[in-house]
Amino acid sequence: MAEHREPGYDAEGADPLVRPYVITQGREHSDAVRLDMISVVIAARADVDEMALEPEQLRILDLCRRPQSVAEVSAHLDMPVAVVKVLLGDLISRGYVLARAPYTQQSPVNREILQAVLDGIQRL
Amino acid sequence: MESNDSERPGGPIPSAIKILVAGGFGAGKTTLVGAVSEIAPLSTEEVMTEASVGVDDLAGVEQKETTTVALDFGRITISDQLVLYLFGTPGQQRFWFMWEELAQGALGAVVLADTRRLDTCFPAVDFFERQGVPFVVAVNCFDGAYRYTEQEVTEALTLDERVPVLLCDARSRASAKEVLESLVRHVATALAAPV
Ligand SMILES: Nc1nc2c(ncn2[C@@H]2O[C@H](COP(=O)(O)OP(=O)(O)OP(=O)(O)O)[C@@H](O)[C@H]2O)c(=O)[nH]1
Ligand SMILES: [Mg+2]
Repeated sequence: MAEHREPGYDAEGADPLVRPYVITQGREHSDAVRLDMISVVIAARADVDEMALEPEQLRILDLCRRPQSVAEVSAHLDMPVAVVKVLLGDLISRGYVLARAPYTQQSPVNREILQAVLDGIQRL
Repeated sequence: MESNDSERPGGPIPSAIKILVAGGFGAGKTTLVGAVSEIAPLSTEEVMTEASVGVDDLAGVEQKETTTVALDFGRITISDQLVLYLFGTPGQQRFWFMWEELAQGALGAVVLADTRRLDTCFPAVDFFERQGVPFVVAVNCFDGAYRYTEQEVTEALTLDERVPVLLCDARSRASAKEVLESLVRHVATALAAPV
């Protein structure tokens, strides 16, 4: 997907630092998707209706062609995690992005995973 | 709904796991993360809830306040199924240890002790003890500072004897790897014999 700019994006006069908050207005309380900072997200479809999405969401989709954590998306787009979660939540509920929950206390770490982590560190 | 389903055309979605790197201001947290990360440490902002007791609240009912926290982190790809993230806790924030969300789901933590001011890692040690997060203490040996022995650190921090203490150089990948390996082994031990 090429870098996409919706017509009028820059002409709206919104401060680019403020805009990400503006575009999530009214959607903060959507709890349909509960994402963690290290939930891993990936783009799910090649057919994207660019007109139906916010420019920031298109940038997210572009990044998500490789699996990334929510924190990485946030860092690369220089947007707070909370804002990225809302944008991603919308993309997930519309089928554009898939997410995988991290290991947590609810899904306890087993020996196999610890061994894999240890091997991974030793390979560095 | 977030799915635990890893199946998708083109392969599985990896799942992530995190390790925290905590310690006082300037203890070398970001340096340690950078020493082992496959990417240059990234930085992000997250909103954390801070439990605090209201001034007017005689009943002592907990009130929640939110704070924006800057975290830096690195990444180690373990396999196509598993990614490890290392998060440095913000050293400049006095009350980061109130943010339980930070510790939630963490595999474990590295407490970086700064040999020039050992006491700055007390809050981190207390925090992980209270949260039940397994941790190791890595003593970052700054040039010219007093060189503690592991035993001295264990005593100064009144650590449980089972908590591993290592001397390290946060700038060295080999040393940082040793710290992380020690943490993972410690987590495995804690798993076998829960405290
Ligand atoms: N001599 C020496 N210097 C170190 C070592 N580790 C870190 N430093 C230096 O100490 C300074 C602070 O290191 P950081 O990694 O930024 O510390 P930090 O804990 O992330 O700091 P904050 O996030 O600001 O709390 C940097 O200038 C590092 O280069 C070490 O092992 N030895
Ligand atoms: Mg730092």
